[in-house]
Amino acid sequence: MNKLLLIITVFSFSLTAKAQIDSTLLKRVPVDTAAQKGMNMDAIYNRPFLQIGKLPVSVGGYVEADYQYIGEDGVTEGHTFRIPRMTLFVASSIHRRIKFLSEIEFEEGGDKVSIEFAALDFAFHPLLNLRGGIVMNPIGAFNQNHDGPKWEFVDRPIAMTEMLPATWSNVGFGFYGKHYADEWAFGYEAYLTNGFDNSIINNSENRTFLPATKQSSERFEESSNGEPLITGKVAVGNNKIGEIGLSYMGGIYNTYEEDGLVLDEKRRLDVFAIDFNSTLPLINTYIVGEWAWVKVDVPETFTQQYGDKQKGGFIDFVQPVLRGKLFGFNKATLNIAFRLEYVDWNVGIFKETGDKIGDNLWAVVPAISFRPVAQTVIRLNYRYMRQKDILGNPPASIGGIQFGVSSYF
Amino acid sequence: MTINLNILSLAFILLLCFSCEDIIPEAPKESELLDGPIEGLSNAEQAQFLEGDIAFSDEVFFAGNGLGPLFVATSCGSCHAGDGKGHPFTTLTRFGQTQPDTPPDLSIGGPQLQNRAIPGHEPETIPEGVPFMKFTPPAVTGLGLLAALTDQQILDMADPADLDGDGISGVPNYVTPPDFFIPQWFHQSLNGKYIGRFGKKAAAIDLLQQTVGAYNQDIGVTSIFEPIDVSTGLTTDPEVSDQTIRDVVFYLRTLKTPIQRTPDASQVVQGKQLFSTIQCASCHIPEWTSPQSDIEALSNKTFYPYTDLLLHDMGPGLDDGATEGSAETYEWRTPPLWGLGLSPNSQGGEFFLLHDGRALSIEEAILLHGGEAQNSRDRFQELTESEKGAILKFLESL
Repeated sequence: MNKLLLIITVFSFSLTAKAQIDSTLLKRVPVDTAAQKGMNMDAIYNRPFLQIGKLPVSVGGYVEADYQYIGEDGVTEGHTFRIPRMTLFVASSIHRRIKFLSEIEFEEGGDKVSIEFAALDFAFHPLLNLRGGIVMNPIGAFNQNHDGPKWEFVDRPIAMTEMLPATWSNVGFGFYGKHYADEWAFGYEAYLTNGFDNSIINNSENRTFLPATKQSSERFEESSNGEPLITGKVAVGNNKIGEIGLSYMGGIYNTYEEDGLVLDEKRRLDVFAIDFNSTLPLINTYIVGEWAWVKVDVPETFTQQYGDKQKGGFIDFVQPVLRGKLFGFNKATLNIAFRLEYVDWNVGIFKETGDKIGDNLWAVVPAISFRPVAQTVIRLNYRYMRQKDILGNPPASIGGIQFGVSSYF
Repeated sequence: MTINLNILSLAFILLLCFSCEDIIPEAPKESELLDGPIEGLSNAEQAQFLEGDIAFSDEVFFAGNGLGPLFVATSCGSCHAGDGKGHPFTTLTRFGQTQPDTPPDLSIGGPQLQNRAIPGHEPETIPEGVPFMKFTPPAVTGLGLLAALTDQQILDMADPADLDGDGISGVPNYVTPPDFFIPQWFHQSLNGKYIGRFGKKAAAIDLLQQTVGAYNQDIGVTSIFEPIDVSTGLTTDPEVSDQTIRDVVFYLRTLKTPIQRTPDASQVVQGKQLFSTIQCASCHIPEWTSPQSDIEALSNKTFYPYTDLLLHDMGPGLDDGATEGSAETYEWRTPPLWGLGLSPNSQGGEFFLLHDGRALSIEEAILLHGGEAQNSRDRFQELTESEKGAILKFLESL
């Protein structure tokens, strides 16, 4: 019922809206990701919105739909059509120094509805802004800059969604700020939020799996252990070179105490990430990547099925090959792109044999994307992956085509 | 800039020329895989096979759905990747029975060690000085045909007194059945006990007993068949349904048999001949024929497991000092050799052979044979390198 009310409310706003494309969007050069001028931390606001009359409220959103034909070792489930998500944004300027933004995501045809972001921002100084509410933990860059229309690939990076838990947001408070000097920009973010829970080593994935915590909506009500999750990031950007960010997220993840009774030791989780993006001069090749390391205190007497170390990341290359008038679109762009990704969910060796533990995956994804306008992408990917089980047995080969559309609206 | 639409259109048409089959990765050869159903199942049987496959291969137990609190592995598939032999990572440790025909000492935590525990719990340990034996998980393919054999067929291979004087006896392991065991027409009892045919010591009479025991002892999951929680010794609500267990048993019964690779290669043919000549085939009986079965696809099938399902004295080198059922501590059931060559595909690229994975190659496993197999081992050692190579090639082809 609540979901229904939410949908009706948001669409009621939409019906009264007057189409007016946000000025940020109008400045966008039609190569999508390569053209972003802001830092990753700005991504949450760097979206097209529609102004609603004279109200200080704007709405927006994006939708993704795709088709895929993928098989594993010669076996396929056939042709599959999906609508992975539709997201609605509602932003409001309460005061010139107070703003609000929310992001509500409908996944799998509305089966899952979640508030990904809903925070108030108070600007005291460019270097001191208070943010409170449901915030995106700034670990890596993809978690904050994840909108489908910004990417040339149908699937999100596996390491960022199946190792790191993008999109990962929690209730909490923190500060952020930026400082500009000529071509340079420096930004920081630091938040205290609710965090993970026992499910990261107690789940049906049969591996240490940070995204398992996302299944628990209780994290929006209370912390699993009364210990805040600390997330912090610093980033440096240069308009001509690109941006690099270093981030950390960590804290106690398990429910070690309940009703004053000690149930287990305190167990920590620590995540480090580095992210970068750059556009090569002359040829305009856009490169974006992210790599993360996860360290989890898994009880020695549990099972090595659940690894205590993980690592993984991705790198995308996007090369515009055609720009101009195409199929009636005046500023269309055709890109070729390539993604390389790797995840190791269990870094270590078996106690019994001293052999390397498997449970890893690598993938290559060549792609063609067509952007009739900057905020819309039609993309065709070929995905090929090799995935090893925990024992390191001969890997499964997974591959197939993916075709999708995604657009802000 | 206006873009040449003809070029784009041509590129798109070229993309469409690829058929879907060309897009997805090729399937490995059927003979390289151990999983998959036996031929001849009806549609309804295929559906139950699929249910069993999901429960066996995909269902993961965790604290939230019944794992442990003491356990060895978190799923069936953890021990039997691709339905093949297991890895030392999930080796089982049995202890508590040191003499034949005596019950395991439950007061010290037997019959199996649960060496892992969910967070907040302490795993089990073996009391100092208590003998134990380690079991590397076996391959599970082709079990349905072995289960379909009659006890009489197995008894026909036994020669407890070595009447034929070949130095090889072979005795069945008579096991006290669990309460839920329902004898079939092909079972024969002896003083209330029945012939075990599954497990390293042949301590499980049928696949239901094997499956229920694995859920309980390996994963710490209770069922209506085995309601005792291994950590507390008390009954608890079933953590896996009857239907799931029935589906898994059906899955195990209807898994296909391994397919021999390159059976006609000259070295393989020579190796097969030598295998019989040096009397390996006296215990590793190559050929069996199943009787009529309630599953038509299992009925009257000739198959090649290379086992006699009997216990043999394997010598002091393989005597771990612990046992199960009526087996002596030095007796081991002849393991089926079918699928042997595919073991590295499920053991992380290596061989971990014999009951506890101590042999890291087929040749090492042969050389660790003793007792009734001493003569065959000696004769193997006397072969030329070429002849040894032929036997190894033959075994790898299985």
